[in-house]
Amino acid sequence: MSGEQVSLSPRRGGLARRMRKYSLQIGIVGVAFFIWVLFLIGSPRTFLRRDIYAAFMSSTPYFALMAIPLTLVIIAGEIDLSFPSIMAFGMTAFDVVFLTTHSVWLGFLACLAAGVLAGWLNGIIVVKIGVPSLVATIGTQFFWRGVVMVVTNGQGLGLTPVRETFLYPLLVGRIGGFFPAQFLWTIAFALVVWFFLNRHRFGAHVYLTGDNLESARLMGVNVHRTKILTFAAVGFAAAFAGFVVSEDVLFFWPTLGEGYMLNTLASVYLGGTSVFGGTGTVFGTFVASFIIGAINAGIVAAGLTGFWTNVIYGLIVVTSVSLQTVVSRRMR
Amino acid sequence: MEPFLQLKNVSKTFGEVAALRGINFEVGANEIVGLLGDNGAGKSTMVKILTGYHQPDPGGELYLKGRRIEHLSVAQARGLGIEVVYQERALADQQSLWRNIFMGRELADRWGRLDLKGMRRETGKLMQTLMGFTSAAVSPDSVVKTFSGGERQGVAITRALYFKAELIILDEPTMGLSLSETRKCLDFVAGIRAAGKSAIFIDHNIFHVYPVADRIVVLDRGAVAGQFLKNELTLQELIDRLYLVAQTGSLNGGGGK
Repeated sequence: MSGEQVSLSPRRGGLARRMRKYSLQIGIVGVAFFIWVLFLIGSPRTFLRRDIYAAFMSSTPYFALMAIPLTLVIIAGEIDLSFPSIMAFGMTAFDVVFLTTHSVWLGFLACLAAGVLAGWLNGIIVVKIGVPSLVATIGTQFFWRGVVMVVTNGQGLGLTPVRETFLYPLLVGRIGGFFPAQFLWTIAFALVVWFFLNRHRFGAHVYLTGDNLESARLMGVNVHRTKILTFAAVGFAAAFAGFVVSEDVLFFWPTLGEGYMLNTLASVYLGGTSVFGGTGTVFGTFVASFIIGAINAGIVAAGLTGFWTNVIYGLIVVTSVSLQTVVSRRMR
Repeated sequence: MEPFLQLKNVSKTFGEVAALRGINFEVGANEIVGLLGDNGAGKSTMVKILTGYHQPDPGGELYLKGRRIEHLSVAQARGLGIEVVYQERALADQQSLWRNIFMGRELADRWGRLDLKGMRRETGKLMQTLMGFTSAAVSPDSVVKTFSGGERQGVAITRALYFKAELIILDEPTMGLSLSETRKCLDFVAGIRAAGKSAIFIDHNIFHVYPVADRIVVLDRGAVAGQFLKNELTLQELIDRLYLVAQTGSLNGGGGK
């Protein structure tokens, strides 16, 4: 009798353990499925056709590209609120370099470099000066937006010359006539960030830094460098996303980025990343981004008018996060 | 046999305050030394000198395996095998056991790619050999948060032993532990001797230090008030003497040793 129990328990323990380990992921997939069924019932005509999915895949990457590296910052126990301005700052660098050199590629590189610089600066202010990241990045958010307005004088820039270069199909073309390139880039970002978070020493340090800063420091983890790198990654992604968004509409508006803040943050938190740091997954953020994207499109498709959008949107986000908290707690 | 570590006439002053006054102290190879003393007796200052955070005042000497060390740095202390197990254990609660064991010293190739299999395998071995975790419910992927206080102390000690610590400094390891957890923790301390290493066991509580220490050193107001081998005194005699220290500043009611 007792021998039987002993032989059974490891296997059962193994399954339960695996369920616990992936509770965050299971929770978010459950939420995604639940919402999809909800939309399917609400508007079967829309959600049984593939056009709506093409629309998701083209607009969700605008913020999913940033939400993925932002997950690193939040796991490391910090926050970044400056990325919407960094989107525009990167494009401003493009603007300046393109107008002087007439090279789209040089402009693109300048855009990415500006993003990394702005992100790195966030990290320096937080780590070396010791300003809490919430405050520091509210400050830099205003600062970079101000720089954009001063440099561009509030004027936009038409991007039709970009259309002539290979960058256009590379970043926003339709692969196989259906998949938006930015969707594939989002998958690529997710894979790269997933690799660094789960298979590389850097990611191990991100988790440790966010879980217990003092312990990590005592055990020789370079917590400063780790945090700075996470901020720089968000800066890079914000500039990249800014370029993709502008290129998709072939125009750079100096207000670029406004309206992306809450979608991006909601994706990370809905994806199960803890506000307190130390836990979170790239997979969760990736799925949650598309939930957020689907809600936006789905509400309109379901025939609800604009004023109702935010009501439903808020309701779904709060319900989903609550549902997920309950599910993952029960699995623990 | 020469001692593993030796302090000769070590003093440390911070401005006007003398934290340590002419300390003579040694830890033998494979010896567990209990370090007793009230708050402000100089225990933590001594730890910080041994780990290279502080330099002793001129005139003090530090020997490791008989070799004089001039300016011990933090990195050097670690390289020589001196590891501290901190009061708060320095664990990351929400992370797995293997991530805690390898915290800051992950096994990785030269590109930084983690050797996950290797770390899980090593952790599994340590669980059986040093930690004594036999339950099937605990695996290298178990989250440390679910462990008891004594087990958590065991993780911290195991980590130090795994990384070739020769001398483990335990800073109040039983603080905040229940009775049964304290028992478990003391077993881990005894395991340090079984592994052939040395330890300095710092605590307020004589009842915790006495059972596992080979030798007990009492610090009082920055000086060594006395030291003795455990088999020289019974626990009751030691307690009586400690009251004496509180009054006279010496174990023997008079001069040093």
